Amino acid sequence: MATWTWFHKLGSPPHVYRIAGRFAPWFGWGALLCIVYGLFGGLVLAPPDYQQKDAFRIIYVHAPAAWLSLSCYTTMAVAAFVGLVWRMKIAHAAAAAIAPVGASFAFVCLATGSLWGRPMWGTWWEWDARLTSQLILLFLYLGYMALRSAHDDLQRADRSSAVLAIVGVVNVPIIHYSVYWWNSLHQGATVMKADRPSMPSEMLVPLLVMFLGFTLFQLWVLCTRLRAEILERERNARWLQEQIRDGAR
Amino acid sequence: MNQWASLGEWLAMGGYAAYVWPSIGLAIGTLVVNMMMARRRHAAALQRALRRLAIDGYGEA
Repeated sequence: MATWTWFHKLGSPPHVYRIAGRFAPWFGWGALLCIVYGLFGGLVLAPPDYQQKDAFRIIYVHAPAAWLSLSCYTTMAVAAFVGLVWRMKIAHAAAAAIAPVGASFAFVCLATGSLWGRPMWGTWWEWDARLTSQLILLFLYLGYMALRSAHDDLQRADRSSAVLAIVGVVNVPIIHYSVYWWNSLHQGATVMKADRPSMPSEMLVPLLVMFLGFTLFQLWVLCTRLRAEILERERNARWLQEQIRDGAR
Repeated sequence: MNQWASLGEWLAMGGYAAYVWPSIGLAIGTLVVNMMMARRRHAAALQRALRRLAIDGYGEA
């Protein structure tokens, strides 16, 4: 049974509140360092692309934003599933906590893609499989958040929004494989593919550092918003008064 | 770093400045806004919790 203790601990709000508070600064500072270095490496150090010249540098924000929007959605769907199946309130809280950051980066991904597409493809937008499925991801996020705020009752908001999050997760592999399944304007994978990434290391390393930075940022936001969710859900818990009176906020 | 002859050349981004800089700016701006909103939300939740505890009489003691 020892293997299950971590699962039970994850279900305990005081434990999660403390752990999230302890890890948040590490995630936050790590994200800042990675993003500053990644931007410097990508915008200053990396050589221009032989075809796209300096326009390719948009990749240093576009691809990490796409990654963030997908990893947030997957996290949200898994958390919603756990919340629904095991009736774990904290999992619902985590799903709710991560939605806004995922939604905003789904938008950043679309907008920077548009800014990249204009000079390279000659169009701001195309109803292409990759672009359309990414737009659907943004709508799924917005639908999820709208559904949550439509319910006054927190439990019903948790449950109905969880169903939407879980159903919508089919869109995640569709986005990833869209460039292979359909004829797409969008280029194929550069980094996340089976053989070696098709980029020299001076270009690749800053990009990988940006991916790491965005991931750490996602974790920082998750910790911070989850703590807020816990404070609001644990209205009258005794541990809460001890926790916040002891100054361990 | 030798590829940039001057700061102006770097800012020009080989003629793609109008596409590159708004992309970077939007991404950084979104990071900052997300950070501020998350912090504000936690601070507000904490204030509400403290107020509630004070009303319930936990605040003294």
